[in-house]
Amino acid sequence: MGSSFLSVERLTQRYSDGKGGEFTVFENASFGINKGEFVCILGHSGCGKSTIMNILAGLAEPTAGVVKMDGIAVSGPSLDRGVVFQNYSLLPWLSALKNVTFGVAARFPDWTKSQVIEHSTEFLAKVGLTGDAIHRKPSQLSGGMRQRVSIARAFANEPKLLLLDEPFGALDALTRGTIQDELTKVWSGTDQTVFMITHDIDEAILLADRILLMTNGPLARVAESVEITIPRPRDRTAIVEHPNYYAIRNHLVQFLGNRSAKLAGRDTAGETQSPETVRIETTEAADDPDEGPHLRAVQA
Amino acid sequence: MGTLSENKKAALLSVLILVIGCLIWEASIPAQKVAEELTEYELLTGGGQPKAGVPPPSQVLAKAWEQLSDPFYNAGPNDKGIGIQIAYSIYRVLTGYLLAALIAIPLGFLIGMSSIAYKALNPFIQVLRPISPLAWMPLALFVIQDSEASAIFVIFICSIWPMLINTAFGVAGVREDWVNVARTHELSALKTAFTVILPAAAPTIVTGMRISIGIAWLVIVAAEMLVGGTGIGYYVWNEWNNLDLTSVIFSILMIGVVGMLLDSLFGLLQRAVAYAE
Repeated sequence: MGSSFLSVERLTQRYSDGKGGEFTVFENASFGINKGEFVCILGHSGCGKSTIMNILAGLAEPTAGVVKMDGIAVSGPSLDRGVVFQNYSLLPWLSALKNVTFGVAARFPDWTKSQVIEHSTEFLAKVGLTGDAIHRKPSQLSGGMRQRVSIARAFANEPKLLLLDEPFGALDALTRGTIQDELTKVWSGTDQTVFMITHDIDEAILLADRILLMTNGPLARVAESVEITIPRPRDRTAIVEHPNYYAIRNHLVQFLGNRSAKLAGRDTAGETQSPETVRIETTEAADDPDEGPHLRAVQA
Repeated sequence: MGTLSENKKAALLSVLILVIGCLIWEASIPAQKVAEELTEYELLTGGGQPKAGVPPPSQVLAKAWEQLSDPFYNAGPNDKGIGIQIAYSIYRVLTGYLLAALIAIPLGFLIGMSSIAYKALNPFIQVLRPISPLAWMPLALFVIQDSEASAIFVIFICSIWPMLINTAFGVAGVREDWVNVARTHELSALKTAFTVILPAAAPTIVTGMRISIGIAWLVIVAAEMLVGGTGIGYYVWNEWNNLDLTSVIFSILMIGVVGMLLDSLFGLLQRAVAYAE
């Protein structure tokens, strides 16, 4: 865990409940993310996913625990950690292009104006925004286009860690699909480390290398870390044919349906809470041929 | 008529209302008796002198033409062109107003950013804000000992509040997401203030500025009636003392026109800083 690119160590978040007592969102949560990895975190509303994200972004302070990136403890927001907010958070008085150049100019202060514009235009083009559209204000763009601008802004900054807070939550299913593909396209060309919150199981399987499963709050914990054993590049229509797809999907559905509630609310008794690694492999070409196809169940 | 746009129809209707209004006004003014119809006694008691009365619009129009064709003449302290009088008023308004903006906008920023500053200063603002600006006049005259500067001070004190309150309100209401964008991009406090908070709060701030300039223009007329000497307010009062009602009506109209121009100037500014979410 200590060798991970990003390591979250014994993170605890408590709030006062307004009646003199305390409300523990999560306690001693620990997990790591490797460089270049795409990790999704799944869990029900209110389990503290967004709190974890805000702590990773440096926008919130945990009650206890540290987040280390490249071995250095994170404190406060930084350009090394880019954030794509759920509600796009574009500045409405700036055009799409200016919203991106705003970030790029902050990231690369030594660049000339034309360099900044060229770099920004390039990233907008990567998410499918070209021509006249990039000079429009966010209010003149559709929700999907706004989120594309937001993603372009984050990727154009080339942060060490990219945090996506339910980026597709407010979009319709068709738009969501297109932008997921664009996100994969932009991401696959880089060694960008991505941490993404989502509610959508299929989205998580399509995008992630690994899915962290969070139990319900209060006293939520990151209970499992499920590897997505489906090779890349993935295609949304082809992956459903992959033998591992439904096994993984069922595992996730079971977790969110049953175990997320059962595992919740347990006191950690001061112990470090690390997720259990789950690897689901049903193909013949499994890592260890002696074991053959297997489905590792997890003790609740 | 059916082919005219709505705006053209409205413009036509406006002209029609103006013409009919002027005609009614013109018709309602009783004609002065001509000297031949008067008895000898009436002539002896001065009945042949023109009586003071509300002038008909034709006279006001003639006066306007006379004044506007030479707005900047200067024939001594009591006889200056309307252009000079208005220029004095605008100079006082803008001086007091700009001084107020220089203090209100930065202070409003501070109050908007810090809830402690807001809570600490709010009682003072709430007490000082409803005071009629003219109530400050005696104190201003005594302390400043200069009528010119006192008029400017009155403008200052009346235009500061809407700007201060709106700036604080606008700054406090900036969406946290936008501030977070600035934070995740490691912008300095000053850069955040200028590139994120100022544009985000600008529509509210400019609304405050627009309200302020309106109030300042209302107040300058009253202030100049008190301090005298120059300005459109003094001009109105002076013409009243001269019983020249034609000039009074003409200057009332000029006050309206200048006020409208000032307001539409800020309307343009408002449109320039507006954004849709």
